[in-house]
Amino acid sequence: MVEKFSHDIAIVGAGAAGLRAAIAAATFSDKLSIGLLSKVYPMRSHTVSAEGGTAAVLKEYDSLDLHALDTIKGSDYLADQDAVELFVREAPSEVIQLEHWGCPWSREEDGKLAARAFGGMSVKRTLFAADKTGFHLLHTLFQHSLKYPSIVRYDEWFVLSLAVEGGAVRGLVALDLRTSELAFVSASAVIVATGGAGRMYQFTTNGVIKTGDGMAIAYRAGVPLKDMEFIQFHPTALPGTGILITEASRGEGGYLKNKDGERFLSRYTPEKMELGPRDILSRALVQEIREGRGFEGPFGAYLLLDLRHLGEKVIDSKLPFVRELALNYAKIDPVKEPIPVRPAQHYTMGGIHTDVNGRTPLPGLYSCGEAACVTINGANRLGSNSLSECLVFGRRAGLDAASFALSRREGGHNPGGDLSVSSEQYTSLAEEKMNRLLKKEGGQERLAEIRESLQSLMETKVGIFREDEGLREALREIRELKGRLPSAKVDDRGRTFNMEMVHAFELDFMLDVAESVAYSALMRRESRGAHFRTDFPKRDDRSFLLHQLSYNTPEGPRGEKLAVNVTRWQPTERKY
Amino acid sequence: MFVLDALNYASDWLDGSLAFRWSCRMGVCGSCGALVNGTPKLTCAAPIPETGEVLIEPLHNFPVQKDLVVDIGGFMEKLVRVEPWIIRERERALEEGEYPQKPEELEKYDQFSACINCMLCYAACPVFAADKEFIGPAAAALGFRYNLDSRDEGANERLDLLTGGAGAFDCTFVGECSIVCPKNVDPALALQRIKIDAAVTSLKSIMRRGK
Repeated sequence: MVEKFSHDIAIVGAGAAGLRAAIAAATFSDKLSIGLLSKVYPMRSHTVSAEGGTAAVLKEYDSLDLHALDTIKGSDYLADQDAVELFVREAPSEVIQLEHWGCPWSREEDGKLAARAFGGMSVKRTLFAADKTGFHLLHTLFQHSLKYPSIVRYDEWFVLSLAVEGGAVRGLVALDLRTSELAFVSASAVIVATGGAGRMYQFTTNGVIKTGDGMAIAYRAGVPLKDMEFIQFHPTALPGTGILITEASRGEGGYLKNKDGERFLSRYTPEKMELGPRDILSRALVQEIREGRGFEGPFGAYLLLDLRHLGEKVIDSKLPFVRELALNYAKIDPVKEPIPVRPAQHYTMGGIHTDVNGRTPLPGLYSCGEAACVTINGANRLGSNSLSECLVFGRRAGLDAASFALSRREGGHNPGGDLSVSSEQYTSLAEEKMNRLLKKEGGQERLAEIRESLQSLMETKVGIFREDEGLREALREIRELKGRLPSAKVDDRGRTFNMEMVHAFELDFMLDVAESVAYSALMRRESRGAHFRTDFPKRDDRSFLLHQLSYNTPEGPRGEKLAVNVTRWQPTERKY
Repeated sequence: MFVLDALNYASDWLDGSLAFRWSCRMGVCGSCGALVNGTPKLTCAAPIPETGEVLIEPLHNFPVQKDLVVDIGGFMEKLVRVEPWIIRERERALEEGEYPQKPEELEKYDQFSACINCMLCYAACPVFAADKEFIGPAAAALGFRYNLDSRDEGANERLDLLTGGAGAFDCTFVGECSIVCPKNVDPALALQRIKIDAAVTSLKSIMRRGK
C-alpha cells in the first residue's frame, strides 16, 4: 500500500534555498500547506559547509552597479544582466532579514554588520559570521522555519521522480529512508532545491549528499539543464580530503606561495593577487604545479596558503574554523605553519533552467539555489554570491509558487489536480526499480567501482582543463558506466536505512548530470570562465555568447542555444 | 585516516549493507556521531589509533534504527519546544536596517550558537540516559542562546519552557556534555545559568507581588 500525501507546495531539499522558499511561502499565506522533503535532516544540508560569507551592498562606499559589474565580469559576461541587477537589488534586504531572524553576523565595534574582502569583489561587501557563515545561515533559517506550523517536514525522505501530466507538474514520488516505503506526494507546485552535483568529481569540497538528484529528476521530466559545462574549482582545499579552506583566508590577507616562496599570482592576477576570481586562480595553481613549482606530498602536488603574518588574534577571531580544520584534518596549525592546498571541485554554476522567479519551462515546477541556473553566475561564480543567491531566489521561488498554488486552490483544484492516471502508476515505476536492486541475484562489480570510475574520468577529462578528444572519451565512458550500473552488485536486501540502495539511485542521477556536463563542455568550443578548452583557449563572443540548454533524450543530451541578456555592460576582455 | 574513512572503506568494498550517516566530513554537518572506543565522537574527526583496532558503536541513549543509525526524532521535537527563534514585541521593518549588536553582545551568546546538533552530548548525559523526556544539553543551550541575544525579548517565556517538565532543573551538573562537545560549546554552563536565571526571575516576581 502506497502512502499518499497532499500539499499545495512540495519543496525538495532543505538547505538555504529550500528553507528560504518554505518560509516565503508560509508567510505569503497561512492557508497553504507546505511539504518540505529532504534526504537528510535540514541542518545536515550542505549549506552548512559554506564558510566565507554572503555578498550584499550594505556599505555606503559600495553601490549596486558595482556589485552587478563585479558579478558580470566574474561570470565572464555569461550572466543574464537583468537577473544580476535584480539579484544585487534584493540581496541587501535578505541579509537584513536573516539578521532580524537571529543570524549571528560578525560586527563592527559600533554594532553594524562587518564586511570583508572576497575574490573578484572590488570592495569589502561580503557579510560574514566568522568563517562559519553557511552554518549559521542554515541553522538560523531552520530554527526560524520551526515557527510555522504550515511547514510539514519529511526528514530523511529521498525524492526519486516527478509526476507530470497535462503539461504540468502534479507531484512527486519519495522514499522514506527508515522503511523504504514509497509515497506519492501530490502538489500544485514543486520547488527543487537540492543543491549541486560535486560528488561526480573525485576531488571535491562537497559533502557526500551532493549528487545532483534534483537536477536529474527535473531533466528526466523533460526540463532542460542550462550551462552545465561550467564547474567551479576552488583554489584552496586540503589535499587528500578536499576539505574547503575558505577564500576568506585570502580576504583577510593570506598569501598563496609556491616552492620558491614566491607569491606566484603576481604572474597571473597582478592587480588583484590573492583576490582574483576562482577560475583564474585555480588554473594558476595547476600551472605552477605543472611547471614544477609545487610541493610533493602523500596526496599529490600542492602549494601553500600562508596565514602566519595575520597573527593568532586575527586567525582566531576571523578564521577560527580554518584553524580548527587545519589542526583536526591536516595536523597543521596555521598560526605557525602554512597550510598545504590544491584546487578542488566546488560548485556547479549550471543547473535547472529557470527565470528570475524560479519558474522552469514546466508549469508548476520551480527551482532555486545551486540546483537552479537563473543565471547570475554565468561561466564563473564569485565567492559569497551563492548564499545570497539562495536567499534571493529561494524567496522569489517560494513567493511565486505560493501565489500559483493559491490561485489553483481558489480555482477549486486539489493540489496536484486530478490525475488522469492513478498515482500508483508513478510509484510502481520506482517500486520496480527498487525491486530490481533488492531482489537481484548475483551482480558483478561493486557500486563503488562504478562511482570511482565516474569520479576519475570527470576529474581527468572534464576537469579544469578540457579538450575535444578527452570530452568525447568521457561521454563514451559515461554511457558505458550507465550500461554497467544495472548489473552492479548490491549487498543490502533490507528495507531499513538501505543506504546502498540510496547510493545506487544517487549514482544513477549523477551519471545523467555528468553526461550533460561532458556534452555541454564538448559543444562549447571556446574558453570562458571556469570552462577552459586547451584546443580553443580564447573566448569567442561571436559564436558562444550564449547559454546552452541540454534536454534529456534516449540517445543522450540534445542541445539548444539561448541568448544572453545584456543590459548595460558590453562584454570586454576580462583582466584582474 | 579517520574512523569515517574506515567505515566508508568497509561499506564500499566489504559489505554494502553497513548503515551510517555522514555528509560534510569536515565536522560541521553533525551527522556522523558514534561511540569510538566507548567515547562519543564525530567519526570524521576521530583518528584511527596506532594499533589499527577500534570499536565503533551507535551513540548511547537513542533507539538504534540500523547499525550506527539512531533515532533522533525526540531531539527534533525538543528543538521546537525551546522556541529557537527571535521573539519580539515589535519587529523592526527591513528598511530600518539591522539591529545594532556590539561585538561584546555577540560574544555573550556566540559559543552557544555553535552547536551542530550532533547528539554527542545526549549520548554522554546520564540524566537523559535515565529520562528520555529530559530537555537535554543541546536543546537547552540553544534556547539559552536566544535568551542571551540582545535582539530577543522572549527570555521569560523561554525560561518557563526550559525549566518546565523534565527541564533544566533535572540536570545534575555532571558536565559530561561539555567534555564531549566537538565544538567547544559548554551546555553544562548553559543549564546551570538557566537554573540561576529562572530562580532570579521567580524571586523577582515574588518580590513584586509582595510590594
